[in-house]
Amino acid sequence: MNLTYFLFFICIIVCTLIITYWAAKRSNTTNRFYTASGSLTGLQNGLAISGDFISAASFLGIVGTIAIHGYDGFLYSVGFLVSYLVVMFLIAEPVHNLGKYSLADVICFRFKSSTLRSIIAFGTLMISFLYMVPQLVASGLLLRLLLDIDYSISVMVIGGLMTIYVVFGGMIATSWVQIVKTVVLLSGTFLLSLIVLSRFHWNPSAIITEVIHQSPLREQFFMPGKLLQSPIELISLQLALLLGTAGLPHILIRFFTVRNTKEVRRSILSAVWVIGLFYLITLILGFGAITLIGYDRLVAADATGNLAAPLLAKELGGDFLLAFISAIAFTTIVAVVAGLVISATTAFSHDIYHHIIKKGGASEEEQLRAARLTALGIGLISTIFALRMENMNVTFLVSLTFTVAASSNFPVLLLTIYWKRFNPAGAIAGMITGLIASLACLILGPHIMNSAGGWIATDPLFPLYNPGIVAIPIGFISAIIGSLLFRKSSQANEEEMTEFFIKAQTGIDIRGKEM
Amino acid sequence: MNDQNEKSKVNYVQVEQSEQFQQFMNKRKKFIVPYTIFFLVFYFLLPICTSYTSFLNTPAIGDISWVWIFAFAQFVMTFVLCTVYVKKAGALDKEADQIIKNQVQKGGAA
Repeated sequence: MNLTYFLFFICIIVCTLIITYWAAKRSNTTNRFYTASGSLTGLQNGLAISGDFISAASFLGIVGTIAIHGYDGFLYSVGFLVSYLVVMFLIAEPVHNLGKYSLADVICFRFKSSTLRSIIAFGTLMISFLYMVPQLVASGLLLRLLLDIDYSISVMVIGGLMTIYVVFGGMIATSWVQIVKTVVLLSGTFLLSLIVLSRFHWNPSAIITEVIHQSPLREQFFMPGKLLQSPIELISLQLALLLGTAGLPHILIRFFTVRNTKEVRRSILSAVWVIGLFYLITLILGFGAITLIGYDRLVAADATGNLAAPLLAKELGGDFLLAFISAIAFTTIVAVVAGLVISATTAFSHDIYHHIIKKGGASEEEQLRAARLTALGIGLISTIFALRMENMNVTFLVSLTFTVAASSNFPVLLLTIYWKRFNPAGAIAGMITGLIASLACLILGPHIMNSAGGWIATDPLFPLYNPGIVAIPIGFISAIIGSLLFRKSSQANEEEMTEFFIKAQTGIDIRGKEM
Repeated sequence: MNDQNEKSKVNYVQVEQSEQFQQFMNKRKKFIVPYTIFFLVFYFLLPICTSYTSFLNTPAIGDISWVWIFAFAQFVMTFVLCTVYVKKAGALDKEADQIIKNQVQKGGAA
C-alpha cells in the first residue's frame, strides 16, 4: 500500500473518529443514543438517509452493471428512486408520528402484544444481518483487490470502525458519518463524471456512438432485456425494489431523528434529489467505464463488473484518483454498515431487552448500558461471520434483502397504518409467513440451489432469481387471512383504535411523553 | 404504557366524528390516493411495455430511444411528485394543528 492510499484512508478514519468523539459526549441519554433526540434538520436527515441507503453495492455494482448490461442496469436505479414515493406518500409521516425508537414501536402502538414485538425485532435483526454480513464480505474482498491488504484485516478494520461509531456515538455519530459519506461520495463521483464528459468534449452523442462501438452488445446496449430477459423476473425485481425501501428498518428509524412531520417531508425530498442525482452520475460513469476501459478489460478485472468505477478512476486520474475513489468506497461501506448496526441494536436493546425482558421497567442507565453492549455484540458477531465467509459468494443477498423487507415488514406496516379491521393475529401471521416465504423462495431458488456452482448443487425447486412477485403477495394475503380468521378472538377497543388513527394522521403529542 | 389512562380522558371517537377531522381526512385522501395510483401505474408501465411490446425501442431524439425517455421520466416523476406532496401536505399542517388544539386539548368535546 503506497503513501497516497495510506493518507486518504487515515484521513477518513481520523475524521470519522473525531465525529464519534464529539458525538460520544452528547449521546448520554437513550433518546439521544437511539434517535439523536430528533435534533437533525430535514436536509441533514436527507443526506443521512442517502448515506444509509446508497451501499457499496449501489455505487460499485450499478456502475458495473450498466457498463456490462446497459439499459437493464439502470432499471435498478429507477426502482431504488421511485421507492421513495411509497415511503413519502404512505409510510414516513405515520411512522414518525407513532414510533419512538424502533419499527416495533410503530406497530405495537396499535397492537400491544409482546409476541408481536419480539417477532418484529427478530425480523429487524434478521434483515440487518442479511444486509450487513454480505457487505462486510464484499468490502473485505474489495479492499484486498484495491489495496492488496489481507482480507481479514480489512474486515476487522471496517467491523471495528462501525462498532466504535455506534457503541460510543450512537445515532448522532452514525448520522454524521453518513452525512459526511454522502457529501464525499456525491462530490467525488460528480468530479469523476465531469472528467468522463470532458473526454468526449461534452458531446453526449459522441459517448453514445463510442458505447455502441465498444460494447459487445452494439446497438442492443441501449435496449431492454439484456440482463433480465424474462418479463416475470423483471416485474418481480421492480416490485421488490419499489416496496422494499418502505420495509427496511434502518431507513424507517431515520424518521425518528427529526423534530416534526415537516422535517420528515424535507428529509425525503432532499434524499430523493441526492439519490436521483447520484444515479444519474452512475449512468455517466457506467458509460465512461465501457468506452474508456473497454469490455474485455472490465470483465477480466472482475466478471461482475464491480471494479468498473475504480478502474475508470485509475484510467482518468492515475493512482491519485484511484486512491480517492477507493477511500470513497470505503466511507460508503462503513456508513451503511454503521446504520445497520444501530438498527439491529435498537431492535435488541430497546424491543427485546427493555420491553420484553424488563417489561418496560429498565432504568435510563440500564437501557443505555444495554444499548452499548448490544452494539458491541452485534458488531463482533457480524465481523466474525464475515471473517468466516471469505470464500462464499454472498453478494446476491444484498439485493434480496429488499424482497425480505417488502414481504414481511411492509405488508404489516401498511395494514397497521391503514386497515381498521387488521388485528394482532393478522400482523403475526403476516410477519412470520412473509419472512418464511421470502427466505424459502431464496433458499429453494436458483441463487442457492443451482446445479452449476450453487451452495446446494441440484436443480432449483423454485424457478425465479427474484422471488418478490410470489413472496410479497404471500405476505399480504397471510396478514389479511390471519386477521379475518381471528376476528372474534381479538376484540379491539374502539376508543384506542380511533386514537391510533388520529395520531397516525395528525401526530399529536408524539415526543412529549416518555413511555 | 401507563399514560394510557390519563390520555383516555380525550374522547377520540368524538374527535374522529367531528366535521373538522372528517374534512381533514378527506383532503388528505383526495391527493394521496390519486397520486399513489398514478405513480404505481406509471412505474409498472415501463417494465410491462418493454416486456410485452417493442414500440419503446424506436428512436425518439437522435440516437436516444423512447425507453430511455420513459426511464428518465420516472426520475422526473419522483422529483415532481415529492415536491407536490411537500406542498400539499404542508398546506394541511395548519388544519392538523387546529384539530389538535380545538378537539383534542378540549377533550374532544368541542
